[in-house]
Amino acid sequence: MATKSLRDISLDGLWNNNPALVQLLGLCPLLAVTGSVVNALGLGLATMMVLIGSNFSVSLIRNHVPDAVRLPAFVMIIASFTTVAELVMQAFTYELYQVLGIFIPLIVTNCAILGRADAFACKNPILPSIVDGFMMALGFTAVLVVLGAMREILGQGVIFSNMQLLFGADAAHWKIELFSDYPDFLFAILPPGAFMAMGLLIAVKNIIDGRIKAAAEAAKVPTEVGGKRVRVTGKIG
Amino acid sequence: MALMTLSSPHAHGNNSTQKVMLTVTLATLPGLAVMTALFGFGTLINVVLAALFAIATEALILRIRQRPVMFFLKDNSALLTGVLIGLALPPLAPWWITLVATAFAIIFAKQLYGGMGNNPFNPAMIGYALVLISFPLQMTTNWALSSQMGASVAGLGDALSVIFAGGSADAFSGATPLDTYKHLISNKTATEVLTDTTFNGWLNGGWEWVNLAFLAGGLVLLWRRIITWHIPVAMLAGLSLCSLILGWDADMYTPASLHLLSGATMLGAFFIATDPVSAATTPLGKLIYGAGIGILLYIIRTWGSYPDAVAFAVLLMNFAAPFIDAYTQPRTYGHAKANRGLKKPEAK
Repeated sequence: MATKSLRDISLDGLWNNNPALVQLLGLCPLLAVTGSVVNALGLGLATMMVLIGSNFSVSLIRNHVPDAVRLPAFVMIIASFTTVAELVMQAFTYELYQVLGIFIPLIVTNCAILGRADAFACKNPILPSIVDGFMMALGFTAVLVVLGAMREILGQGVIFSNMQLLFGADAAHWKIELFSDYPDFLFAILPPGAFMAMGLLIAVKNIIDGRIKAAAEAAKVPTEVGGKRVRVTGKIG
Repeated sequence: MALMTLSSPHAHGNNSTQKVMLTVTLATLPGLAVMTALFGFGTLINVVLAALFAIATEALILRIRQRPVMFFLKDNSALLTGVLIGLALPPLAPWWITLVATAFAIIFAKQLYGGMGNNPFNPAMIGYALVLISFPLQMTTNWALSSQMGASVAGLGDALSVIFAGGSADAFSGATPLDTYKHLISNKTATEVLTDTTFNGWLNGGWEWVNLAFLAGGLVLLWRRIITWHIPVAMLAGLSLCSLILGWDADMYTPASLHLLSGATMLGAFFIATDPVSAATTPLGKLIYGAGIGILLYIIRTWGSYPDAVAFAVLLMNFAAPFIDAYTQPRTYGHAKANRGLKKPEAK
Protein backbone atom coordinates (compact mmCIF):
# COMPACT_ATOMS: atom_id res chain seq x y z
CA MET A 1 0.00 0.00 0.00
CA ALA A 2 1.39 3.29 -1.03
CA THR A 3 1.93 5.53 1.96
CA LYS A 4 0.30 8.91 1.86
CA SER A 5 2.25 12.08 2.43
CA LEU A 6 1.90 13.68 5.85
CA ARG A 7 0.21 16.64 4.22
CA ASP A 8 -2.48 14.42 2.71
CA ILE A 9 -2.95 12.66 6.03
CA SER A 10 -3.45 16.01 7.76
CA LEU A 11 -5.88 17.29 5.14
CA ASP A 12 -7.85 14.05 5.37
CA GLY A 13 -8.19 14.26 9.12
CA LEU A 14 -9.07 17.94 9.24
CA TRP A 15 -11.34 18.24 6.24
CA ASN A 16 -11.71 15.67 3.46
CA ASN A 17 -12.34 12.69 5.69
CA ASN A 18 -13.29 14.48 8.92
CA PRO A 19 -14.49 11.86 11.43
CA ALA A 20 -17.52 13.90 12.51
CA LEU A 21 -18.58 15.63 9.29
CA VAL A 22 -17.80 12.98 6.68
CA GLN A 23 -17.45 9.61 8.39
CA LEU A 24 -20.22 10.56 10.87
CA LEU A 25 -18.51 8.52 13.57
CA GLY A 26 -18.62 9.15 17.29
CA LEU A 27 -21.98 10.89 17.06
CA CYS A 28 -23.12 9.79 20.51
CA PRO A 29 -20.66 11.93 22.52
CA LEU A 30 -20.79 14.54 19.77
CA LEU A 31 -24.50 15.09 20.28
CA ALA A 32 -24.58 14.52 24.01
CA VAL A 33 -21.84 16.73 25.39
CA THR A 34 -21.66 19.65 22.99
CA GLY A 35 -23.91 21.82 25.12
CA SER A 36 -21.05 24.24 25.80
CA VAL A 37 -17.55 24.99 24.55
CA VAL A 38 -15.84 23.74 27.70
CA ASN A 39 -17.56 20.35 27.63
CA ALA A 40 -16.80 19.95 23.94
CA LEU A 41 -13.16 20.92 24.37
CA GLY A 42 -12.76 18.61 27.37
CA LEU A 43 -14.13 15.60 25.56
CA GLY A 44 -12.20 16.52 22.40
CA LEU A 45 -8.89 16.63 24.25
CA ALA A 46 -9.59 13.33 26.02
CA THR A 47 -10.45 11.73 22.68
CA MET A 48 -7.29 13.17 21.16
CA MET A 49 -5.16 11.66 23.92
CA VAL A 50 -6.73 8.23 23.40
CA LEU A 51 -6.58 8.39 19.61
CA ILE A 52 -2.91 9.36 19.41
CA GLY A 53 -1.98 6.72 22.00
CA SER A 54 -3.97 3.96 20.37
CA ASN A 55 -2.74 4.77 16.85
CA PHE A 56 0.85 4.76 18.11
CA SER A 57 0.51 1.42 19.95
CA VAL A 58 -1.44 -0.30 17.21
CA SER A 59 1.14 0.75 14.66
CA LEU A 60 3.88 -0.52 16.96
CA ILE A 61 2.44 -4.03 17.18
CA ARG A 62 0.98 -4.16 13.68
CA ASN A 63 3.33 -6.89 12.45
CA HIS A 64 2.98 -9.10 15.50
CA VAL A 65 -0.79 -9.45 15.97
CA PRO A 66 -2.54 -12.12 13.87
CA ASP A 67 -5.40 -10.77 11.75
CA ALA A 68 -8.02 -12.96 13.40
CA VAL A 69 -7.62 -11.43 16.85
CA ARG A 70 -6.70 -7.88 15.84
CA LEU A 71 -10.00 -6.27 16.87
CA PRO A 72 -9.96 -7.55 20.48
CA ALA A 73 -6.33 -6.47 20.72
CA PHE A 74 -7.19 -2.97 19.44
CA VAL A 75 -10.10 -2.64 21.85
CA MET A 76 -7.85 -3.64 24.76
CA ILE A 77 -5.36 -0.96 23.78
CA ILE A 78 -8.08 1.67 23.38
CA ALA A 79 -9.62 0.71 26.73
CA SER A 80 -6.27 1.08 28.46
CA PHE A 81 -5.71 4.55 27.02
CA THR A 82 -9.26 5.55 27.90
CA THR A 83 -8.62 4.54 31.49
CA VAL A 84 -5.45 6.62 31.45
CA ALA A 85 -7.37 9.61 30.07
CA GLU A 86 -10.03 9.13 32.72
CA LEU A 87 -7.48 9.05 35.53
CA VAL A 88 -5.69 12.11 34.15
CA MET A 89 -8.97 14.02 34.06
CA GLN A 90 -9.79 12.92 37.59
CA ALA A 91 -6.40 14.20 38.73
CA PHE A 92 -6.36 17.58 37.00
CA THR A 93 -9.91 18.58 36.00
CA TYR A 94 -12.06 16.72 38.47
CA GLU A 95 -15.12 18.98 38.09
CA LEU A 96 -15.12 18.68 34.31
CA TYR A 97 -14.72 14.93 34.72
CA GLN A 98 -17.89 14.93 36.81
CA VAL A 99 -19.76 17.05 34.27
CA LEU A 100 -18.85 14.77 31.35
CA GLY A 101 -19.60 11.69 33.46
CA ILE A 102 -20.28 8.52 31.51
CA PHE A 103 -19.07 9.98 28.22
CA ILE A 104 -15.41 9.72 29.26
CA PRO A 105 -15.45 5.89 29.72
CA LEU A 106 -17.60 5.71 26.60
CA ILE A 107 -14.66 6.96 24.51
CA VAL A 108 -13.81 3.24 24.27
CA THR A 109 -16.86 2.74 22.08
CA ASN A 110 -16.17 5.75 19.89
CA CYS A 111 -16.02 4.13 16.46
CA ALA A 112 -13.79 6.88 15.13
CA ILE A 113 -10.94 5.51 17.26
CA LEU A 114 -11.38 1.83 16.42
CA GLY A 115 -11.94 2.88 12.81
CA ARG A 116 -8.58 4.67 12.63
CA ALA A 117 -6.81 1.75 14.31
CA ASP A 118 -8.19 -0.73 11.82
CA ALA A 119 -8.17 1.43 8.71
CA PHE A 120 -4.89 3.25 9.15
CA ALA A 121 -2.64 2.47 12.09
CA CYS A 122 -2.44 -1.30 11.53
CA LYS A 123 -1.18 -0.75 7.98
CA ASN A 124 1.19 2.17 8.41
CA PRO A 125 4.46 2.98 10.14
CA ILE A 126 4.57 4.79 13.44
CA LEU A 127 5.07 8.43 12.40
CA PRO A 128 2.21 8.59 9.87
CA SER A 129 -0.03 6.82 12.39
CA ILE A 130 0.68 9.38 15.08
CA VAL A 131 0.08 12.24 12.65
CA ASP A 132 -3.12 10.60 11.48
CA GLY A 133 -4.31 10.17 15.06
CA PHE A 134 -3.52 13.77 15.89
CA MET A 135 -5.16 15.24 12.79
CA MET A 136 -8.28 13.07 13.00
CA ALA A 137 -8.67 14.02 16.65
CA LEU A 138 -8.08 17.68 15.81
CA GLY A 139 -10.79 17.55 13.14
CA PHE A 140 -13.14 15.84 15.59
CA THR A 141 -12.38 18.36 18.35
CA ALA A 142 -12.83 21.28 15.99
CA VAL A 143 -16.34 20.09 15.08
CA LEU A 144 -17.13 19.49 18.75
CA VAL A 145 -16.03 23.00 19.70
CA VAL A 146 -17.91 24.68 16.85
CA LEU A 147 -21.05 22.74 17.78
CA GLY A 148 -20.55 23.60 21.44
CA ALA A 149 -20.17 27.28 20.61
CA MET A 150 -23.27 27.29 18.38
CA ARG A 151 -25.38 25.59 21.04
CA GLU A 152 -24.04 27.72 23.86
CA ILE A 153 -24.76 30.95 22.00
CA LEU A 154 -28.21 29.87 20.81
CA GLY A 155 -29.18 28.11 24.01
CA GLN A 156 -27.97 30.47 26.69
CA GLY A 157 -26.81 33.61 24.92
CA VAL A 158 -23.29 33.29 26.35
CA ILE A 159 -20.00 31.79 25.17
CA PHE A 160 -16.96 30.38 26.99
CA SER A 161 -18.82 29.93 30.28
CA ASN A 162 -17.25 27.76 32.99
CA MET A 163 -13.88 27.70 31.25
CA GLN A 164 -12.28 27.53 34.71
CA LEU A 165 -13.15 23.82 34.73
CA LEU A 166 -10.43 23.26 32.15
CA PHE A 167 -8.04 26.20 32.41
CA GLY A 168 -7.93 26.96 36.12
CA ALA A 169 -9.45 29.79 38.15
CA ASP A 170 -8.04 32.55 35.89
CA ALA A 171 -10.34 31.47 33.09
CA ALA A 172 -13.48 32.14 35.12
CA HIS A 173 -13.85 35.62 33.59
CA TRP A 174 -13.56 34.42 29.97
CA LYS A 175 -17.32 34.13 29.85
CA ILE A 176 -18.84 36.58 27.39
CA GLU A 177 -22.50 37.50 27.64
CA LEU A 178 -23.64 38.18 24.11
CA PHE A 179 -27.19 39.14 24.91
CA SER A 180 -28.38 40.45 28.21
CA ASP A 181 -31.68 39.11 29.50
CA TYR A 182 -31.64 36.18 27.07
CA PRO A 183 -34.42 33.62 27.59
CA ASP A 184 -32.90 30.12 27.56
CA PHE A 185 -33.63 28.44 24.24
CA LEU A 186 -34.03 24.90 25.54
CA PHE A 187 -34.23 23.34 22.09
CA ALA A 188 -30.59 24.23 21.38
CA ILE A 189 -29.48 22.86 24.74
CA LEU A 190 -31.34 19.54 24.34
CA PRO A 191 -30.06 16.80 21.96
CA PRO A 192 -32.46 17.63 19.07
CA GLY A 193 -30.70 20.97 18.75
CA ALA A 194 -27.41 19.11 18.38
CA PHE A 195 -28.78 17.04 15.50
CA MET A 196 -29.97 20.17 13.75
CA ALA A 197 -26.72 22.07 14.30
CA MET A 198 -24.80 19.03 13.05
CA GLY A 199 -26.96 18.88 9.93
CA LEU A 200 -26.29 22.56 9.28
CA LEU A 201 -22.53 22.06 9.70
CA ILE A 202 -22.52 19.17 7.22
CA ALA A 203 -24.52 21.30 4.80
CA VAL A 204 -22.01 24.15 5.13
CA LYS A 205 -19.14 21.73 4.48
CA ASN A 206 -20.86 20.41 1.36
CA ILE A 207 -21.48 23.94 0.10
CA ILE A 208 -17.80 24.82 0.54
CA ASP A 209 -16.72 21.57 -1.15
CA GLY A 210 -19.09 22.31 -4.01
CA ARG A 211 -17.64 25.81 -4.42
CA ILE A 212 -14.08 24.44 -4.43
CA LYS A 213 -15.02 21.84 -7.02
CA ALA A 214 -16.75 24.40 -9.20
CA ALA A 215 -13.74 26.70 -8.97
CA ALA A 216 -11.44 23.83 -9.95
CA GLU A 217 -13.67 23.00 -12.92
CA ALA A 218 -13.66 26.61 -14.03
CA ALA A 219 -9.88 26.84 -13.72
CA LYS A 220 -9.33 23.83 -15.98
CA VAL A 221 -8.24 24.77 -19.49
CA PRO A 222 -11.08 23.68 -21.75
CA THR A 223 -10.26 21.39 -24.63
CA GLU A 224 -11.13 23.02 -27.89
CA VAL A 225 -13.92 21.36 -29.75
CA GLY A 226 -12.77 20.37 -33.22
CA GLY A 227 -9.19 21.15 -32.32
CA LYS A 228 -6.42 19.44 -34.23
CA ARG A 229 -5.16 16.14 -32.90
CA VAL A 230 -1.72 14.82 -33.46
CA ARG A 231 -1.83 11.61 -35.34
CA VAL A 232 0.40 9.08 -33.64
CA THR A 233 -0.37 5.85 -35.47
CA GLY A 234 -0.40 4.92 -39.09
CA LYS A 235 1.52 6.35 -41.89
CA ILE A 236 1.75 10.06 -42.27
CA GLY A 237 1.60 10.90 -45.90
CA MET B 1 -70.05 21.52 -34.78
CA ALA B 2 -73.12 21.09 -32.68
CA LEU B 3 -72.09 17.94 -30.84
CA MET B 4 -68.54 18.18 -29.68
CA THR B 5 -66.99 15.06 -28.25
CA LEU B 6 -64.96 15.80 -25.19
CA SER B 7 -62.92 13.24 -23.38
CA SER B 8 -63.36 12.67 -19.66
CA PRO B 9 -63.24 13.97 -16.98
CA HIS B 10 -66.42 15.90 -17.61
CA ALA B 11 -66.77 17.42 -14.18
CA HIS B 12 -63.94 19.66 -13.17
CA GLY B 13 -62.88 20.39 -9.65
CA ASN B 14 -62.78 24.08 -9.01
CA ASN B 15 -60.48 23.94 -6.04
CA SER B 16 -57.05 25.31 -6.68
CA THR B 17 -54.45 25.23 -3.89
CA GLN B 18 -54.78 28.97 -3.63
CA LYS B 19 -58.52 28.78 -3.12
CA VAL B 20 -58.35 25.85 -0.70
CA MET B 21 -55.81 27.57 1.52
CA LEU B 22 -57.77 30.82 1.46
CA THR B 23 -61.00 29.03 2.37
CA VAL B 24 -59.34 27.25 5.29
CA THR B 25 -57.89 30.56 6.47
CA LEU B 26 -61.30 32.24 6.24
CA ALA B 27 -62.93 29.31 8.07
CA THR B 28 -60.78 30.04 11.13
CA LEU B 29 -62.30 33.52 11.39
CA PRO B 30 -65.26 32.56 13.65
CA GLY B 31 -62.84 30.94 16.08
CA LEU B 32 -60.53 33.95 15.89
CA ALA B 33 -63.43 36.29 16.56
CA VAL B 34 -64.56 34.32 19.62
CA MET B 35 -61.02 34.08 20.95
CA THR B 36 -60.55 37.82 20.56
CA ALA B 37 -63.85 38.46 22.32
CA LEU B 38 -62.95 36.15 25.21
CA PHE B 39 -59.22 36.67 25.66
CA GLY B 40 -58.73 40.21 24.40
CA PHE B 41 -56.75 41.53 21.46
CA GLY B 42 -53.72 39.30 22.05
CA THR B 43 -54.88 36.53 19.72
CA LEU B 44 -55.70 38.96 16.92
CA ILE B 45 -52.28 40.63 17.20
CA ASN B 46 -50.57 37.23 17.26
CA VAL B 47 -52.39 36.02 14.16
CA VAL B 48 -51.57 39.15 12.17
CA LEU B 49 -47.97 39.08 13.37
CA ALA B 50 -47.50 35.37 12.63
CA ALA B 51 -49.05 35.73 9.17
CA LEU B 52 -46.72 38.63 8.32
CA PHE B 53 -43.68 36.76 9.65
CA ALA B 54 -44.67 33.62 7.74
CA ILE B 55 -45.05 35.44 4.42
CA ALA B 56 -41.81 37.37 4.92
CA THR B 57 -39.84 34.23 5.84
CA GLU B 58 -41.31 32.30 2.94
CA ALA B 59 -40.38 35.07 0.48
CA LEU B 60 -36.87 35.27 1.91
CA ILE B 61 -36.15 31.56 1.75
CA LEU B 62 -37.72 31.14 -1.69
CA ARG B 63 -35.36 33.86 -2.85
CA ILE B 64 -32.37 32.07 -1.32
CA ARG B 65 -33.51 28.80 -2.87
CA GLN B 66 -33.89 30.60 -6.21
CA ARG B 67 -37.53 29.61 -6.66
CA PRO B 68 -40.23 31.86 -8.10
CA VAL B 69 -41.27 33.94 -5.08
CA MET B 70 -44.64 35.30 -6.17
CA PHE B 71 -45.79 31.97 -7.61
CA PHE B 72 -45.40 30.18 -4.30
CA LEU B 73 -46.53 33.11 -2.13
CA LYS B 74 -49.78 33.26 -4.04
CA ASP B 75 -50.77 29.74 -2.98
CA ASN B 76 -51.52 31.17 0.51
CA SER B 77 -50.01 28.18 2.30
CA ALA B 78 -47.57 30.35 4.24
CA LEU B 79 -50.46 32.60 5.24
CA LEU B 80 -52.37 29.59 6.59
CA THR B 81 -49.34 28.29 8.51
CA GLY B 82 -48.92 31.71 10.09
CA VAL B 83 -52.58 31.99 11.02
CA LEU B 84 -52.60 28.52 12.63
CA ILE B 85 -49.49 29.32 14.66
CA GLY B 86 -51.02 32.61 15.74
CA LEU B 87 -54.16 30.80 16.92
CA ALA B 88 -52.17 28.12 18.74
CA LEU B 89 -49.84 30.42 20.66
CA PRO B 90 -50.91 31.88 24.00
CA PRO B 91 -52.68 35.23 23.36
CA LEU B 92 -50.12 37.18 25.35
CA ALA B 93 -46.96 35.47 24.07
CA PRO B 94 -44.12 37.95 23.46
CA TRP B 95 -43.49 38.83 19.80
CA TRP B 96 -40.18 36.95 19.53
CA ILE B 97 -41.87 33.64 20.36
CA THR B 98 -44.16 34.18 17.39
CA LEU B 99 -41.13 35.01 15.24
CA VAL B 100 -39.15 31.93 16.30
CA ALA B 101 -42.12 29.57 15.86
CA THR B 102 -43.08 30.93 12.45
CA ALA B 103 -39.57 31.17 11.04
CA PHE B 104 -38.73 27.64 12.20
CA ALA B 105 -41.98 26.28 10.76
CA ILE B 106 -41.40 27.84 7.34
CA ILE B 107 -37.64 27.36 7.05
CA PHE B 108 -36.99 24.02 8.74
CA ALA B 109 -40.30 22.18 8.64
CA LYS B 110 -41.37 23.27 5.16
CA GLN B 111 -38.72 24.71 2.85
CA LEU B 112 -35.76 22.54 3.87
CA TYR B 113 -37.84 19.48 2.99
CA GLY B 114 -38.47 20.92 -0.47
CA GLY B 115 -41.30 23.40 0.08
CA MET B 116 -45.03 23.19 -0.55
CA GLY B 117 -46.25 19.59 -0.71
CA ASN B 118 -43.01 17.93 0.42
CA ASN B 119 -43.13 18.39 4.17
CA PRO B 120 -43.64 15.16 6.13
CA PHE B 121 -44.74 17.08 9.22
CA ASN B 122 -47.30 19.77 9.78
CA PRO B 123 -45.17 22.96 9.70
CA ALA B 124 -47.41 24.97 12.04
CA MET B 125 -47.26 22.25 14.68
CA ILE B 126 -43.48 21.87 14.35
CA GLY B 127 -43.13 25.59 15.02
CA TYR B 128 -45.51 25.39 17.95
CA ALA B 129 -43.83 22.30 19.45
CA LEU B 130 -40.43 23.97 19.12
CA VAL B 131 -41.40 27.00 21.20
CA LEU B 132 -43.42 24.85 23.60
CA ILE B 133 -40.40 22.74 24.58
CA SER B 134 -37.96 25.64 24.33
CA PHE B 135 -39.75 28.30 26.34
CA PRO B 136 -41.91 26.42 28.88
CA LEU B 137 -42.16 29.45 31.15
CA GLN B 138 -43.56 31.85 28.56
CA MET B 139 -45.64 29.19 26.81
CA THR B 140 -47.43 27.51 29.69
CA THR B 141 -48.04 30.34 32.15
CA ASN B 142 -49.11 32.99 29.69
CA TRP B 143 -52.53 31.87 28.59
CA ALA B 144 -54.93 34.77 28.96
CA LEU B 145 -57.90 34.49 31.28
CA SER B 146 -61.27 34.57 29.55
CA SER B 147 -63.91 37.13 30.34
CA GLN B 148 -66.19 34.26 31.44
CA MET B 149 -63.80 33.52 34.28
CA GLY B 150 -64.76 36.90 35.73
CA ALA B 151 -61.31 38.26 35.00
CA SER B 152 -60.43 41.59 33.47
CA VAL B 153 -59.36 40.98 29.89
CA ALA B 154 -56.26 42.68 28.54
CA GLY B 155 -57.29 45.67 26.44
CA LEU B 156 -55.57 46.69 23.20
CA GLY B 157 -52.98 48.83 24.98
CA ASP B 158 -52.22 46.17 27.58
CA ALA B 159 -51.91 43.45 24.94
CA LEU B 160 -49.54 45.57 22.85
CA SER B 161 -47.38 46.35 25.84
CA VAL B 162 -47.18 42.68 26.90
CA ILE B 163 -46.43 41.42 23.39
CA PHE B 164 -44.00 44.07 22.17
CA ALA B 165 -42.57 45.85 25.20
CA GLY B 166 -42.06 42.89 27.52
CA GLY B 167 -44.70 44.05 29.99
CA SER B 168 -45.91 41.60 32.63
CA ALA B 169 -48.89 39.46 31.72
CA ASP B 170 -49.48 38.25 35.27
CA ALA B 171 -52.64 40.28 35.76
CA PHE B 172 -54.32 38.83 32.69
CA SER B 173 -53.10 35.26 32.58
CA GLY B 174 -53.56 32.01 34.41
CA ALA B 175 -53.99 28.27 33.96
CA THR B 176 -56.43 26.91 31.37
CA PRO B 177 -59.42 24.78 32.41
CA LEU B 178 -57.76 21.56 31.17
CA ASP B 179 -54.67 22.24 33.24
CA THR B 180 -56.57 23.31 36.35
CA TYR B 181 -58.95 20.34 36.28
CA LYS B 182 -56.09 17.88 35.88
CA HIS B 183 -54.22 19.30 38.85
CA LEU B 184 -57.13 19.91 41.22
CA ILE B 185 -58.94 16.62 40.64
CA SER B 186 -56.15 14.65 42.32
CA ASN B 187 -57.36 15.71 45.75
CA LYS B 188 -60.83 17.19 45.20
CA THR B 189 -64.20 16.06 43.90
CA ALA B 190 -65.66 17.31 40.63
CA THR B 191 -68.10 19.68 42.34
CA GLU B 192 -65.34 21.19 44.43
CA VAL B 193 -63.12 21.69 41.42
CA LEU B 194 -65.85 23.60 39.61
CA THR B 195 -65.93 26.21 42.36
CA ASP B 196 -62.39 27.25 41.35
CA THR B 197 -62.19 30.69 39.74
CA THR B 198 -60.98 29.17 36.47
CA PHE B 199 -64.37 27.58 35.96
CA ASN B 200 -66.57 30.02 37.81
CA GLY B 201 -69.39 27.51 37.64
CA TRP B 202 -69.03 26.92 33.89
CA LEU B 203 -67.33 23.67 33.05
CA ASN B 204 -65.15 25.12 30.30
CA GLY B 205 -64.51 28.66 31.41
CA GLY B 206 -65.52 30.13 28.04
CA TRP B 207 -63.50 27.63 26.03
CA GLU B 208 -66.66 25.90 24.81
CA TRP B 209 -67.46 28.94 22.63
CA VAL B 210 -63.99 28.84 21.11
CA ASN B 211 -64.37 25.17 20.27
CA LEU B 212 -67.92 25.56 18.96
CA ALA B 213 -66.72 28.38 16.71
CA PHE B 214 -63.94 26.21 15.30
CA LEU B 215 -66.46 23.38 14.90
CA ALA B 216 -68.62 25.74 12.84
CA GLY B 217 -65.63 26.68 10.71
CA GLY B 218 -64.82 22.99 10.29
CA LEU B 219 -68.37 22.24 9.12
CA VAL B 220 -67.94 24.93 6.47
CA LEU B 221 -64.81 23.13 5.28
CA LEU B 222 -66.76 19.86 5.11
CA TRP B 223 -69.56 21.57 3.21
CA ARG B 224 -67.12 23.12 0.75
CA ARG B 225 -65.56 19.65 0.39
CA ILE B 226 -62.14 20.90 1.37
CA ILE B 227 -61.78 18.13 3.91
CA THR B 228 -63.52 14.79 4.26
CA TRP B 229 -65.30 13.65 7.40
CA HIS B 230 -62.89 10.79 8.16
CA ILE B 231 -60.10 12.46 10.13
CA PRO B 232 -62.17 14.80 12.37
CA VAL B 233 -64.79 12.15 13.13
CA ALA B 234 -62.20 9.46 13.88
CA MET B 235 -60.18 11.83 16.03
CA LEU B 236 -63.15 13.06 18.06
CA ALA B 237 -64.45 9.49 18.37
CA GLY B 238 -61.09 8.23 19.57
CA LEU B 239 -60.85 11.00 22.14
CA SER B 240 -64.44 10.55 23.36
CA LEU B 241 -64.22 6.76 23.59
CA CYS B 242 -61.00 6.96 25.59
CA SER B 243 -62.41 9.52 27.98
CA LEU B 244 -65.71 7.61 28.37
CA ILE B 245 -64.08 4.23 28.94
CA LEU B 246 -60.93 5.16 30.85
CA GLY B 247 -62.00 8.43 32.41
CA TRP B 248 -65.71 7.84 33.09
CA ASP B 249 -65.35 8.97 36.69
CA ALA B 250 -65.35 12.78 36.71
CA ASP B 251 -64.07 12.72 40.28
CA MET B 252 -60.86 11.13 39.11
CA TYR B 253 -60.30 12.15 35.50
CA THR B 254 -61.11 15.06 33.21
CA PRO B 255 -64.64 14.40 31.85
CA ALA B 256 -65.32 13.87 28.15
CA SER B 257 -67.19 17.16 27.79
CA LEU B 258 -64.12 19.06 28.96
CA HIS B 259 -61.89 17.05 26.61
CA LEU B 260 -64.11 17.76 23.61
CA LEU B 261 -64.89 21.40 24.25
CA SER B 262 -61.72 22.71 25.78
CA GLY B 263 -58.17 23.30 24.66
CA ALA B 264 -57.39 22.94 20.98
CA THR B 265 -59.61 19.92 20.31
CA MET B 266 -61.80 21.35 17.54
CA LEU B 267 -59.04 23.48 16.01
CA GLY B 268 -56.92 20.34 15.90
CA ALA B 269 -59.62 18.05 14.55
CA PHE B 270 -60.75 20.22 11.65
CA PHE B 271 -57.82 22.51 10.82
CA ILE B 272 -54.59 20.87 11.92
CA ALA B 273 -55.00 17.10 11.66
CA THR B 274 -56.54 17.49 8.19
CA ASP B 275 -53.49 19.09 6.58
CA PRO B 276 -53.55 17.46 3.12
CA VAL B 277 -49.78 17.17 2.84
CA SER B 278 -48.81 15.51 6.09
CA ALA B 279 -51.97 13.47 6.87
CA ALA B 280 -52.84 9.98 5.63
CA THR B 281 -54.67 10.01 2.30
CA THR B 282 -56.60 6.76 1.83
CA PRO B 283 -60.13 6.61 3.34
CA LEU B 284 -59.30 3.77 5.75
CA GLY B 285 -55.92 5.31 6.45
CA LYS B 286 -57.57 8.60 7.40
CA LEU B 287 -59.75 6.79 9.94
CA ILE B 288 -56.74 5.08 11.51
CA TYR B 289 -54.73 8.31 11.43
CA GLY B 290 -57.53 10.35 13.04
CA ALA B 291 -58.23 7.73 15.70
CA GLY B 292 -54.52 7.57 16.51
CA ILE B 293 -54.45 11.32 17.07
CA GLY B 294 -57.52 11.13 19.32
CA ILE B 295 -56.05 8.32 21.43
CA LEU B 296 -52.62 9.95 21.72
CA LEU B 297 -54.30 13.24 22.59
CA TYR B 298 -56.12 11.56 25.49
CA ILE B 299 -53.01 9.72 26.67
CA ILE B 300 -50.75 12.78 26.69
CA ARG B 301 -53.39 15.04 28.21
CA THR B 302 -54.12 12.56 30.99
CA TRP B 303 -50.72 11.10 31.85
CA GLY B 304 -48.29 13.52 30.22
CA SER B 305 -46.84 16.64 31.76
CA TYR B 306 -48.34 19.05 29.21
CA PRO B 307 -51.93 20.22 29.64
CA ASP B 308 -52.75 19.98 25.92
CA ALA B 309 -51.27 17.73 23.30
CA VAL B 310 -52.72 18.40 19.86
CA ALA B 311 -49.30 19.32 18.46
CA PHE B 312 -47.53 16.25 19.80
CA ALA B 313 -50.35 13.87 18.84
CA VAL B 314 -50.50 15.23 15.29
CA LEU B 315 -46.72 15.14 14.84
CA LEU B 316 -46.50 11.55 16.12
CA MET B 317 -49.18 10.43 13.69
CA ASN B 318 -47.49 12.38 10.87
CA PHE B 319 -44.60 9.96 11.41
CA ALA B 320 -46.95 7.05 10.86
CA ALA B 321 -48.93 8.47 7.92
CA PRO B 322 -46.77 7.07 5.05
CA PHE B 323 -46.80 3.63 6.69
CA ILE B 324 -50.56 3.73 7.21
CA ASP B 325 -51.03 4.76 3.58
CA ALA B 326 -48.88 1.89 2.34
CA TYR B 327 -51.05 -0.68 4.13
CA THR B 328 -54.47 0.80 3.39
CA GLN B 329 -54.37 1.20 -0.39
CA PRO B 330 -57.86 0.60 -1.78
CA ARG B 331 -58.38 -1.95 -4.56
CA THR B 332 -58.05 -0.25 -7.92
CA TYR B 333 -60.65 -0.89 -10.59
CA GLY B 334 -59.61 -3.81 -12.75
CA HIS B 335 -57.46 -5.45 -10.12
CA ALA B 336 -58.63 -8.42 -8.09
CA LYS B 337 -56.66 -7.46 -5.03
CA ALA B 338 -55.55 -4.22 -3.43
CA ASN B 339 -51.87 -3.51 -3.87
CA ARG B 340 -50.93 -3.15 -0.22
CA GLY B 341 -47.80 -3.21 1.83
CA LEU B 342 -44.29 -1.94 1.35
CA LYS B 343 -42.65 -2.78 -1.94
CA LYS B 344 -39.57 -4.91 -1.90
CA PRO B 345 -36.75 -3.31 -3.84
CA GLU B 346 -36.57 -4.94 -7.26
CA ALA B 347 -33.78 -7.42 -7.83
CA LYS B 348 -31.14 -6.15 -10.17
